[in-house]
Amino acid sequence: MPKVTIDGREIEVPAGITVIQACEIAGVEIPRFCYHERLSVAGNCRMCLVEMEVPKSPKPIASCAMPVADKMVIRTDTEAVQKARRGVMEFLLINHPLDCPICDQGGECDLQDQAMAYGFDRSRFRENKRAVPEKYLGPLVKTHMTRCIHCTRCVRFATEVAGVEELGAVYRGEQMEITSYIERALTSELSGNIIDLCPVGALTSKPYAFIARPWELEKTDSIDVHDAVGANIRVDTRGREVLRVLPRVNEEVNEEWLADKSRFAYDGLKRQRLDRCFIRVNGRLTSATWAQAFEAIAQRLSGVAPTRIAAIAGDLVDAEAMYALKGMMTALGSPHMDCRQDGAALDPSVRASYLFNTTIAGIEQADACLLIGTNPRREAPLINARLRKRWLTGSLRVGSVGPELDLTFPVEPLGVGPDTLLQIAAGGHAFASVLSQAKRPMLILGQGALARPDGSAVLKLARDIAERCGLVKPEEGWNGFNVLHTAAARVGGLDLGFVPGPGGLDTAGIIAGAERGEIDAVYLLGADELPTDRLGNAFVIYQGHHGDAGAHRADVILPGAAYTEKDGTYLNTEGRVQRGVAAVFPLGEAREDWTILRALCERLGHRLPYDSIGQLRAALQAEHPHFAELDEIVPADWGSFGREGPLDPAPFRSPIENYYMTDAISRASETMAKCTEVYVLGSQQRTGTHG
Amino acid sequence: MALLDRSRNLLLTELLSGMALTFRYMFRPKVTINYPHEKGALSPRFRGEHALRRYPNGEERCIACKLCEAICPALAITIEAEPREDGSRRTTRYDIDMTKCIYCGFCQEACPVDAIVEGPNFEFSTETREELLYDKRKLLENGDRWEAQLAANLELDAPYR
Repeated sequence: MPKVTIDGREIEVPAGITVIQACEIAGVEIPRFCYHERLSVAGNCRMCLVEMEVPKSPKPIASCAMPVADKMVIRTDTEAVQKARRGVMEFLLINHPLDCPICDQGGECDLQDQAMAYGFDRSRFRENKRAVPEKYLGPLVKTHMTRCIHCTRCVRFATEVAGVEELGAVYRGEQMEITSYIERALTSELSGNIIDLCPVGALTSKPYAFIARPWELEKTDSIDVHDAVGANIRVDTRGREVLRVLPRVNEEVNEEWLADKSRFAYDGLKRQRLDRCFIRVNGRLTSATWAQAFEAIAQRLSGVAPTRIAAIAGDLVDAEAMYALKGMMTALGSPHMDCRQDGAALDPSVRASYLFNTTIAGIEQADACLLIGTNPRREAPLINARLRKRWLTGSLRVGSVGPELDLTFPVEPLGVGPDTLLQIAAGGHAFASVLSQAKRPMLILGQGALARPDGSAVLKLARDIAERCGLVKPEEGWNGFNVLHTAAARVGGLDLGFVPGPGGLDTAGIIAGAERGEIDAVYLLGADELPTDRLGNAFVIYQGHHGDAGAHRADVILPGAAYTEKDGTYLNTEGRVQRGVAAVFPLGEAREDWTILRALCERLGHRLPYDSIGQLRAALQAEHPHFAELDEIVPADWGSFGREGPLDPAPFRSPIENYYMTDAISRASETMAKCTEVYVLGSQQRTGTHG
Repeated sequence: MALLDRSRNLLLTELLSGMALTFRYMFRPKVTINYPHEKGALSPRFRGEHALRRYPNGEERCIACKLCEAICPALAITIEAEPREDGSRRTTRYDIDMTKCIYCGFCQEACPVDAIVEGPNFEFSTETREELLYDKRKLLENGDRWEAQLAANLELDAPYR
């Protein structure tokens, strides 16, 4: 390990890093604009200049682009360095408009902060500043290109991380402009991240434009629920309103990126909300008090045999609410409950069969990956970004059985349906040997392959492939069998056993039962992705936060809290236990979901044995100890799962057709509607005659 | 000493000197004025009632930067903003709670475009408390009413800024 001396302090640093990283290790702050630790080095802003004494350099060096060498002596505190920084800052500000009062970046701007810390205190520039026309980058990113300082972070992000080569620089010198070449929206699900990366106010958030200043916002660390990745987020609120959502750094999950739906769907939290109870009277929903709603439920359920009551949990529900509902169903004596509302053939008895066992960070060790019936770019853009990150190192080969994919990196199309899987499982397929020869092979099984009538046979096939091709290597601590979920609640529900009890019906069974009149009452806990019109004459209780499909069919509506309004535990697709924290209060008369169930259960004559969320969690953790391991992954043991059965040769389909609208929140969001129009409908419907 | 004191008391010298002072003041110019018919002089820096100013072309100056809201030590200012139809940054709400305001003048110091100013008007007492909760319309009206004097005051103070 090389030894370098920084400002007279000798430290030992890892070989191969750059001077700026060594300075960071030494605790010396170096100002920078273009350098970003997750992007390639550009070295074009020149803000990070430092002096190098040994080996002697006649000019200051750009510390972001200079690799460390042994016995290097760096000085960051000399007169010359300060003068260089002041000079660079003066050059950067020559063409920067200094319109901080109307700039949305004001208050959290790198240029503002660094101009204060390292800049010259007045301007000597008397000439005209340049002006650059705005660019159109879609409904999410607002541009003000006059403010751009050409650090090219956005260009590098789009090219390297997002994998869409749609941004670049044209012209040279003073005429240089960052542009998308043609007036077109960025076609990436990660485009919002360039807003965070932009060190000035050139790229800002369109939905958040002019809404608030950073110093007005209250910040709450929470967990995202729009997909099953469980990205770590920060919810910024003012008063009772969620104003924006930003990513938090978690190297194991989302690094520091966030997908667009998670970042921009928050405006759906203000629309279509259920803020009071409703009871259906003569076919019309009329508002009611909590007491009236509970009374209506108690009256309707009295005398109904417990085996004629069923419950289905939705995709955005926290583990606490599911645990409380499970407690209620058990107390009532009904075994009919399910958290797999898409009917995916997940086997709750073997934990390894429904987890992303490799872990998201583990993708960076994989060298072969088989995708089965999944489109990770739509189902989990952050996992797709990890796959791309691994692919960029040159050591990942990806093959896909399922729909045609554009994952921003090459994917070998192997086939479309279970037939190809049979070939791979039999070892006759070329990709079978790719997997067998790989050191760290993995497969990703999507919900599109499992949510079919032959789902458990597909699951069995995937297990066969995992076992025959050596994807599971417990002795090396490697498990390459992965299920990619699309619902934030799914793993939590399976882990705490929100699945049919002995003799219980699953989702399909509940719906069929309701249609035939064998199920009299159905409790929908935030479940909207169901064929609600097929529930027959059943009495439907809907508990949730949005007036979506479930609420339209409901006979009684109990208003619950959305993910920003309640403390909740979510398990992501890896089985990582993470806690969301309430940032605002629930809307109107809505309550946190577990409290509703606790109160309703008491009204129905059974007392659930907890009075606070702490007691509930203690009970949950006593039953399922791994719920106590916050932000940890408890490795799951391999087992026997899946059932042999007839296979349907129909091709696999990704369960997500429109990435921007997958749940009640994003369907209510205006921003997501705009994205749908531009990215989904726009590309399908626009023809030459659209002008 | 005691004799001197006693003679002073006896001759009422203190009383007479006091009366003499009063008598002298009868011939001096009066310092009191006949308010509200007469008013005293105000410094151009006088910090009275707030006003939101406009540019000569009628465009409101305020750009919703929220610096006044941030600096207000009494938390009297509330601003909400969103893009106007032409895309420019404007307030949709600009409220000053005049019952909270301590007339420190920080808001006009913070304003980068001289939009919010404290004008020379100090006669804005009201009969109800609610009337002192100023909104954007009221503040812009104040600006229109006092603009000539506000502009003159700003110009007078400009050399010292």
